[in-house]
Amino acid sequence: MEAPRQAKLELRSVSLEHVNERTRQILPVLQDVDLKVYEGELVCLVGPSGCGKTTLLNAVDGLMPLAGGTILVNKRAINGPGPDRAMVFQADSLFPWRTVVQNVMYGLELQGKLPQQKIRERACALIQLVGLAGFADHYPHELSGGMRQRVNIARALVMEPQLLLLDEPFAALDAQTREFMQVELLKILQRARTTALFVTHQIGEAVFLSTRVVVLSARPARIKEIIDVNLPPTRTLAMKHQPEFLKMERRIWRLIEEEAEKTGMLTVA
Amino acid sequence: MDVVTTETEPRTLDASEPRLAPPKSFWERNEHALLGALAMTIFLLFWEAAVAFEWVNALFTSSPSRIVTTGHGMFADGSIWPHLKVSGYEFAVGFGMAIVTGVPLGILMGWYGRLNAILDPFVSALYATPRIALLPLIMIWFGIGLESKIAIVFLGAVFPILVNTITGVRTINADFVKVARSFGASDRQLFMTVALPSSVPLLLSGLRLGLGHALIGIVVGEMYGATHGIGHLIAVSGARFQTDAVMVGIIIIASTGVAMTELLRLIEKRFECWRPTVGG
Ligand SMILES: Nc1ncnc2c1ncn2[C@@H]1O[C@H](COP(=O)(O)OP(=O)(O)OP(=O)(O)O)[C@@H](O)[C@H]1O
Ligand SMILES: [Mg+2]
Repeated sequence: MEAPRQAKLELRSVSLEHVNERTRQILPVLQDVDLKVYEGELVCLVGPSGCGKTTLLNAVDGLMPLAGGTILVNKRAINGPGPDRAMVFQADSLFPWRTVVQNVMYGLELQGKLPQQKIRERACALIQLVGLAGFADHYPHELSGGMRQRVNIARALVMEPQLLLLDEPFAALDAQTREFMQVELLKILQRARTTALFVTHQIGEAVFLSTRVVVLSARPARIKEIIDVNLPPTRTLAMKHQPEFLKMERRIWRLIEEEAEKTGMLTVA
Repeated sequence: MDVVTTETEPRTLDASEPRLAPPKSFWERNEHALLGALAMTIFLLFWEAAVAFEWVNALFTSSPSRIVTTGHGMFADGSIWPHLKVSGYEFAVGFGMAIVTGVPLGILMGWYGRLNAILDPFVSALYATPRIALLPLIMIWFGIGLESKIAIVFLGAVFPILVNTITGVRTINADFVKVARSFGASDRQLFMTVALPSSVPLLLSGLRLGLGHALIGIVVGEMYGATHGIGHLIAVSGARFQTDAVMVGIIIIASTGVAMTELLRLIEKRFECWRPTVGG
């Protein structure tokens, strides 16, 4: 074993369920998941659609009660949302009545710890970082889907969280912007030593970004397999063409395919 | 794009310097207003002509010029002022009270589900009842003076305001609530930063509806047992077959409605610059 590392996030036999308000049916979504995410790591969650990835992120963010188990952040059991975590939501849920800069300022304004001027400066710096300088005073409806998603990312990053939760943050971006943002994200996270839990459907993206890829089974999700990504910590886009990279990608593909087949999703296609 | 680059600029995702599109022409900017004004002018000319050529009897239809003459006379000899003062007072007090009770109560009922459950049967029942049906009761309770008129204006306006405010606060987007909670919003902050801004559009349309009901309240309220007021003027002049004076009263009420609606629209514009415009 290597030197003992701090587990930034720990899931101890976590189970999650949804209650359907209409039918009162309890839907088990996650069952007995154990996972440790260490400081500075980026762990990707992949799995068939509807298996419970978003639900898991919500639970880690403190937005929903657990059906069983414990979630620890910095070794302390969480109890609701906290400033140590920030979430980039799947649907870009920017407030339409706030401009770009006001959206990014939102979290810091709620905290009320910094003077308004300081908050605006930090927000503007992040807007610049995600390539939207000049759009600070636009309203969300005046931006493209990809631009909105970048604001969504900036809104979480500006909080300088220790643990960043990202739910398919790049799904709405075109291929080029996506690669650009992948590289930028890694830089930002490394600079601030931020730990991240990242949900994606794109397996290449998962391998490229993460230290480990967690493959979830079909719902109710368990951890099917955890794949260590043995690429050098500083990732370059060229790595995406290395045979090692492609091998890992194929392996993860097969694992997810197995799960998707179980739910009957692939039998038609 | 990439063929004629002479100087090598680093390609970033930054926005390039904003340029302005050519300004819209006078016609483009005011097309709707101009079309409306044109149609109105044609209508008035036709009306005037119809009376002048005696296609219709001016005793029944009045005419633009007769309305202007009568209206001018009433302002000149001061006989209109008591009517305006009384109706203006009833409107201001009744509508004002409707706003200061309807908006806060609506916000409370929208925010606290239990309070809503308790009060909703009353609100729904009264909202569904034509308020005019309550007029006799109001007369019994408040007498035939100003108070009963204020009460009917208030009752007319308060329910649309109340119901719209409740709906506005209740129908907040679940995603926005999640975002606010994720950033650590307290109940109070959730209310201030999400519930209030997202309920503004419905609240303002509630005010607009309430305004219309308030004006109805004035006219109807003053038709019975009033001594002054625009509604009274309309009723009395009508009984005496003074079509011109009736028209003056109607126009005063109508232009008040239009002016107030415009005012609300301006307020709406200020609050809703974030809303994409729909259609042309
Ligand atoms: N609010 C809810 N109420 C009831 N059931 C829900 C709710 N949200 C999600 N579910 C159910 O929980 C399961 C997991 O949903 P979740 O959104 O976590 O999936 P996901 O893995 O993020 O899927 P995707 O990859 O498509 O985003 C789904 O089967 C869904 O039907
Ligand atoms: Mg999801």
